Amino acid sequence: MRQGLTWFNSASLILGFLFLYLPIALLVIYSFNESRLVTVWAGFSTKWYSEMWNNEGLMNAAWVTFKVAFVASTFATVLGTLAGLIMTRFGPFRGRTLFSGMIYAPLVMPEVITGLSLLLMFVAISLDRGFVTVTIAHITFSMCYVAVVVQSRLITFDRSIEEAAMDLGCTPGRTFLQITLPVIAPAVVAGWLLSFTLSLDDLVIASFTTGPGATTLPMKIYSQVRLGVTPEINAVCTILVGLVATGVLVASLVTRRQEMQREREERAAQAAP
Amino acid sequence: MPEPTEKTTPGAKIAYLAGGAASTGLIAGLHARLLLFPPYRLFVLALIRMGFSGRSLVIAVPYLWLLAFFLAPFLIVLKISLAEVVIAQPPYTPLFVFIEDGFIAIQASLDNYLFLMEDSLYWKSYLSSLRIAFISTGLTLLIGYPIAYGMIRAPKRWRFALLMMVILPFWTSFLIRVYAWIGILKKEGLLNLALMQLGIISEPLTILNTDIAVYIGIVYSYLPFMVLPLYANLEKMDLSLLEAAADLGCRPIKAFWVVTVPLSVPGIVAGCFLVFIPALGEFVIPDLLGGSQTLMIGKTLWSEFFNNRDWPLSSAVAVILLLVLVIPIVLFQRMQERSARAEA
Repeated sequence: MRQGLTWFNSASLILGFLFLYLPIALLVIYSFNESRLVTVWAGFSTKWYSEMWNNEGLMNAAWVTFKVAFVASTFATVLGTLAGLIMTRFGPFRGRTLFSGMIYAPLVMPEVITGLSLLLMFVAISLDRGFVTVTIAHITFSMCYVAVVVQSRLITFDRSIEEAAMDLGCTPGRTFLQITLPVIAPAVVAGWLLSFTLSLDDLVIASFTTGPGATTLPMKIYSQVRLGVTPEINAVCTILVGLVATGVLVASLVTRRQEMQREREERAAQAAP
Repeated sequence: MPEPTEKTTPGAKIAYLAGGAASTGLIAGLHARLLLFPPYRLFVLALIRMGFSGRSLVIAVPYLWLLAFFLAPFLIVLKISLAEVVIAQPPYTPLFVFIEDGFIAIQASLDNYLFLMEDSLYWKSYLSSLRIAFISTGLTLLIGYPIAYGMIRAPKRWRFALLMMVILPFWTSFLIRVYAWIGILKKEGLLNLALMQLGIISEPLTILNTDIAVYIGIVYSYLPFMVLPLYANLEKMDLSLLEAAADLGCRPIKAFWVVTVPLSVPGIVAGCFLVFIPALGEFVIPDLLGGSQTLMIGKTLWSEFFNNRDWPLSSAVAVILLLVLVIPIVLFQRMQERSARAEA
């Protein structure tokens, strides 16, 4: 049996990817539409982009969202990397089952429940809702994603290198900084990117945990979308999609090149006598 | 909230001391307030008893964070679901009431849960969520399987690009992807326009604000979750098995059903769980694409909280939703463990 595509395979790939990409492509195309009506094409125009730029509410929300995403993903990466390290390198300790439960549970928890429970918590400790509470909420769910990403990298990583460093007199802290961290760096960066996009994207949890003055971009988009499709929102969405797509593509190409280089070096090392 | 009656409990004393020592700084202040919560407090006490070694400190930081912002909030939901709604700030009755002489009375009621059982809106929402999640999982499998299968049949040098193309939509905003469908599905939208121009239909179809739009939204949003585990599973398949089947006179279509599908069952099951579990508690898709008669429990919880402002009742809805979710989650966990053991 030959390896290759039958007409059915090709058709399902083409239709499948059309289904995945056509809606976003249409959204991008219609953000350049002169007309306010979605279905009428009235010529190319960038006026919705300038209108978006001049919409102060929208720009404020975008600024808040980027601030939250940056702070939250940075904290989440630190906490998540520690958590991944604890799960793979710390052996048994009391309360380990609870710990791994608390890492995995947020991944499957419906957003409405996470949002509601955090809000009730913030009310109970009478913490004023706003930038800080949204950031705390985002750190909490993103750190679990980081932990899982870092953990899967640490599992495949040869422990004997770390042991060798410690045998040569490295302290555990120094071993982590000089040996482990450089090796798991791609996973840490991927975790940061993932947290950043998760935070950028979140509507439900932010709606529960935010307060006056800290409206995020998804909340703004959501409230406008409920009133109807507008080209201005199309323009915002196009920019967001463009940013995320560029970031992810660059990151994955860089990691792929590194991987290929490493493979080549390994092969060269094995070939050498 | 250091009320005079609370100072009799040891926890309040710790909170008071910590609060006094660390009244400066946000993190310290937060820590002081969090000490009011039993799981956090117990952990801090255990930590102090163990002594502050480097190892325990590294464990403590993420552990404390999760106790404070994952477990404690959940216990509060449980607590408030047993309270009653009152017009006050916060709008629910306290569970523990401090009476004179240091006695504590527990004020718990199951009224919210009884109400959930009596009012048909709620159990209908649960059933309808299950139905919608079930049907959309099936549809996602039907669409995702041929894509994953096509990916492994494609030449090896395409695979990275194809894989990236499946993963990329997963990174782009969920809200934006759902929003994109509104412009397509609405009455004067692009789909109706295209179909009418092609002469397939003469009247515009009503798709937006129906359950069909919700199915489309869920299938579209969660398709990568189905394709990725299926691809990972099919990629490991030994293609010489198909050759063997062909040599023994099996037609390709039959070989697919007899060889490929049974071997890919772990991938199918993993993909179905990954779609079913988040679809069950979905809020954005039924809210934006569904109609007023589309009942899903995430939407019911949202409106109970934001429109009716009934915090105790929405907490009870959340607790029941979690109980409904526990079954598929535990099944999924078991299955993952079994396949991990089989591989080891």
